[in-house]
Amino acid sequence: MNITRTIKYEADRVKGFGDEVMKVPGCEKLKDCIQCGTCSGVCPLSVYMDYTPRQVMELTRFDFKKEVLSSKTIWLCASCYACTCECPREIRITDIMYELKQRAIHEGVYPRKFPIPVLAQEFEKMVTANGRISEMPLVMKLFMKTDPLGAMGNWQMGLDLMKTGRFSLASEKINNREQLAKMFAAAEEKA
Amino acid sequence: MNSNREELRIGFYVCHCGHNIAATVDCAEVARYVGTLPHVALSREYKYMCSDPGQELIQQDIREHKLNRVVVASCSPLLHEHTFRGATEAGGLNPFYFHMVNIREHNSWVHTDRKEATEKAKALAQAAIERVAHHKALEVKRVKIHADVLVVGGGIAGIHAAMTMANAGKKVYLVEREPTIGGHMAKFDKTFPTLDCAACILTPKMSEVGNHPNITLWTYSEVTKVDGYVGNYKVTVKHKPRYIVEDACVGCMECIDACVYKTPKFEDEFNEGLGKRKPVFIPFPQATPQVVIIDPETCLNLKTGKCKKTCVEACADRMAIDFTQKETFDEIEVGTMIVATGFKTFDAKRVPAYGYGIYPNVYTALEVERLVNASGPTGGEVITRDGRHPKSIGIIHCVGSRDKKTNVWCSRVCCMYSMKLALLLKEHTGAEIYNFYIDIRTPGKGYEEFYNKLLDEGVHFIRGRVGEVTDWAMTPEEEGKLTIRVEDTLAGYVRRIPVDMVVLATGLEPQQDAQDVRRLFNLSCGGEGWFLERHPKLAPVSTFTDGIFIAGGCQGPRDIPDTVAQAGAAAAECLALIDKGYVEQEPNTAFVLAEECSGCKSCIPLCPYTAITFDESSKVAVINEALCKGCGTCVASCPSGSIVQNLFEDDEVFSEIKGVLAYD
Amino acid sequence: MKYSYFPGCSLKGLGRAYEESLLPVMKHLGVDLQELDDWNCCGATAYMSVDEAKACVLASRNLALAERDGNHPILAPCSACYLVLNKTKHYLHQYPKMKATVDRALNAVGMKCEKDVPVRHPLDVLINDIGLDAIKMKVTKPLQGLKVAPYYGCQIVRPYATFDDQANPTTMDRLLEALGATVIRWPLKTKCCGGSLTGTIPEAGIRMVYILLNEAKKRGADCLATVCPLCQFNLDGYHSAVRRQYGDVLLPTVYFSQLMGLAFGLPDRDLALNRAAIPFRWRPSSPPPAPAQPPAAKSVAA
Ligand SMILES: Cc1cc2nc3c(=O)[nH]c(=O)nc-3n(C[C@H](O)[C@H](O)[C@H](O)COP(=O)(O)OP(=O)(O)OC[C@H]3O[C@@H](n4cnc5c(N)ncnc54)[C@H](O)[C@@H]3O)c2cc1C
Ligand code: SF4
Ligand code: SF4
Repeated sequence: MNITRTIKYEADRVKGFGDEVMKVPGCEKLKDCIQCGTCSGVCPLSVYMDYTPRQVMELTRFDFKKEVLSSKTIWLCASCYACTCECPREIRITDIMYELKQRAIHEGVYPRKFPIPVLAQEFEKMVTANGRISEMPLVMKLFMKTDPLGAMGNWQMGLDLMKTGRFSLASEKINNREQLAKMFAAAEEKA
Repeated sequence: MNSNREELRIGFYVCHCGHNIAATVDCAEVARYVGTLPHVALSREYKYMCSDPGQELIQQDIREHKLNRVVVASCSPLLHEHTFRGATEAGGLNPFYFHMVNIREHNSWVHTDRKEATEKAKALAQAAIERVAHHKALEVKRVKIHADVLVVGGGIAGIHAAMTMANAGKKVYLVEREPTIGGHMAKFDKTFPTLDCAACILTPKMSEVGNHPNITLWTYSEVTKVDGYVGNYKVTVKHKPRYIVEDACVGCMECIDACVYKTPKFEDEFNEGLGKRKPVFIPFPQATPQVVIIDPETCLNLKTGKCKKTCVEACADRMAIDFTQKETFDEIEVGTMIVATGFKTFDAKRVPAYGYGIYPNVYTALEVERLVNASGPTGGEVITRDGRHPKSIGIIHCVGSRDKKTNVWCSRVCCMYSMKLALLLKEHTGAEIYNFYIDIRTPGKGYEEFYNKLLDEGVHFIRGRVGEVTDWAMTPEEEGKLTIRVEDTLAGYVRRIPVDMVVLATGLEPQQDAQDVRRLFNLSCGGEGWFLERHPKLAPVSTFTDGIFIAGGCQGPRDIPDTVAQAGAAAAECLALIDKGYVEQEPNTAFVLAEECSGCKSCIPLCPYTAITFDESSKVAVINEALCKGCGTCVASCPSGSIVQNLFEDDEVFSEIKGVLAYD
Repeated sequence: MKYSYFPGCSLKGLGRAYEESLLPVMKHLGVDLQELDDWNCCGATAYMSVDEAKACVLASRNLALAERDGNHPILAPCSACYLVLNKTKHYLHQYPKMKATVDRALNAVGMKCEKDVPVRHPLDVLINDIGLDAIKMKVTKPLQGLKVAPYYGCQIVRPYATFDDQANPTTMDRLLEALGATVIRWPLKTKCCGGSLTGTIPEAGIRMVYILLNEAKKRGADCLATVCPLCQFNLDGYHSAVRRQYGDVLLPTVYFSQLMGLAFGLPDRDLALNRAAIPFRWRPSSPPPAPAQPPAAKSVAA
């Protein structure tokens, strides 16, 4: 029998992680969570989550950084805001999920070949460069990076798109890409 | 300062209030500074000025150091002004030679910077020193207290308070706006935690109230006006027309049988709309008084003027039915009042995710109280709106409580009444019962034991606030049922649980008209709308208006045992006042300097207490001291400056301002 | 009343049927739409997941463009764009630090975002600016007998419910009724469609799609009406995947704007109904009963 230690010692916490998250705009109210589980109760994606949204709140608050950042939950969140609207403590769970996703990408701790963070990053790259998204090329890239064979399984959809005139590999771009680049550069300078 | 008075000798005391003040204000420094001010004969700091030794200290100093003014810097005058005036008097001085400075609520509790708080305390103290020099000896007036009492609201709180005082020989008016007394409790089948039958313990009390020689019971009536002051209130009560002469009705209910509507047709409010009634009805069999009522909204005769009036025929010689009744008014005089107007339950439609009003088998707790009640609309048979005998029931706690989107407070009784209903429903139906809770709160005698009993009975408890109640089915066993989606937070799983019936444990809220009642009786409300007690621990049934007390659910959510205890306390407060026979009136009243008054009358309409009249013979305004509340409105308005207010005379106020400004 | 039209990437791509049907409908109603010059991607949910500050900078460029071009309200038909633009405005209001970053970025290119330009959804504009009466007057082929399940999806009422009820939105219900259609009442009208999960974690995404299609069908709907390109794509495009996992639940999904065009009697090329994988074949059958009394014209104003 394979067994693992599940007890948590203080050393398992990354002290300060929770506080840091709670300082981010929109995430402040996490302190007020009463662990009622409404967020999980309304979350349509909780069907597949490894930790429920409520557990993610508690783990975050108590500095269990490794656990939350490598959880599937944050990536399964579809940003539907159901939890945020229903939470009795007005905690913006969706925004906390965003914050955790950002941190996971930053630290590169998300599950390997997991398509969602890859999509998010490819999306970000494409928008940063072109100012717009070209949906088909983005999807193709995603499949190449995560599941080259999966693309084949979707031939039916590709066919449908072609038939209905929605399949286009053209790259959409804004004219003033330079302006956008300047803006990003200025944003990154320290105030 | 007035030089023709004897030499001023002011005693100053700064109180630590334990750490309450001393932690933020450097009391030694304040005492040292004040000691340097002119006319201050002595300046001390002390740990608890309100304690016996503290008060003794003032008295002793007055005697030994020949003090003729006293200033204490401590907490709010609301709490201890009376105490220190008493000590001043006991030391041999007129109590109004005392002045109090609030350096706790106004200073140490609201500041964190010790240095600045100390400076502020010094400035406030200096102001008081300057002010007290101008204080005059004043006399406290005594006013007789009228021995009759008014109780507003005939729930269990009002009933108990009225009975207590009536039994003590006082004459009590009990005003209830519904056609019967009883309040919420009259709707219950059983009461937690003992599960005694609500009717069995309540209805004897109700009829006792109805028959008590010392109680004047006015149902279907409301207070519309309150004038006067503690000991001498004038109250106007409106009686709404019930189209029945109360004294003539014997409660035989033959009119109900005879009504042209052969079957009950209209929504029955007492049964939470689950049953039907006729236009002429009695809310429930044990209603007090045992008098029917006719609802003008549904009565054919009152609506159209065209009806055979079979009810009148049936009533025959008793002639109790009177379609010409109009509202009438009574004016009464009372010395004290108890407001016991109760609460209302949260409107479950405000939480749309739980489907109340959308799915017929979602019920509120109050509806279920009627459903399990032997005298309820189904005679105690639990049958859902769509005709089912439920095999599984979900009870959702905290609906409209502990939620920032609705009400933030815990409604205190819902955990217990949910468990009561769980047990009753289980008894009546044998169904599987699930309680969905955030926390189980059972702080009461025998309450935790009650919870244990439910666990033993096999009632299920799932810790999680329900996300939604829905009628769409994911799996075959959910078809045709209501599905509750919830995280079982202890197991860590989100679950979908199909049930036949959902019960919403709706929370308690202030009455719809709480703000109107508050204004009428000059009460205060907390932010949430509950009536505010004078002090949460030490004066829990007093209000900020002397002679008016509160009891029961109007002050905040509470159960019957607590309500009754509070009602008893409020009755005792009234009795104490009545038996004392008089009240002392703060002499901070205004008076007109007759020789300076120009008779312009501008002050008269401004007085909120109608205390000012015009003396036609001398052509000057006159203030009735007994009515004056010392609000100061007239003083500020008088164009010739000829109104003066005790304790707020110009030189008192100006020297106080000067004092605070002098400090830098 | 003029609006700055912000199509967003999807309405130029997979969701082009939305634009192709919405623009003629708006024109038919006399609404003046001016496409925002050189607009950029709103950032959607994906960008937020990578860098929040940059996401705000990205979105705020669009707000600044609208401000520069006359400060007309932005019309954002895509739910994601609508939410992100509103959320950005909210952040700029609420969080001075975020505002400082955005201002720095805009400053660097000589732009500003100061005037609080409104960001509106077509449903909002249709119901509140144009009004149901004016819409009814344009209906020449009422959708008599068509049973529609209105599907709002998540992001237009959550979390910033500005023009409709969060738990039970009704603007589209009322619009569809004005077109003569029968509206199906169902509890899933604001449930999530799965968003991009259909592509990234098909198992999870397809389940959401299946639940919506199955429930709408069970309640007798002839089609779903949607307000969002991603919802439409998910509900329309994954039928074969749904079949593989759960069995067939064929049900077409159309944009509300397509139904409007149909009821207005606009020509086929203005309906873009040929863009869907599951074709929507229903057509209004008979000519309308005599046109109703023209009600007092409601002026179009914000
Ligand atoms: C579903 C449910 C079940 C409960 N079960 C239990 C239980 O089993 N055991 C228990 O201990 N507690 C129980 N409680 C709590 C209990 O109801 C309260 O403790 C109790 O009713 C408080 O009594 P009250 O007299 O203060 O208020 P109420 O019962 O609300 O009575 C107030 C009365 O004042 C009248 N009134 C209001 N405004 C005016 C006005 N302006 N003028 C004149 N009259 C007015 C009202 O008509 C009413 O008759 C339950 C509560 C609920 C909601
Ligand atoms: S709904 Fe809010 S309070 Fe409840 S567990 Fe989730 S985050 Fe915490
Ligand atoms: S926003 Fe994310 S966590 Fe919240 S309910 Fe939606 S999918 Fe679940």
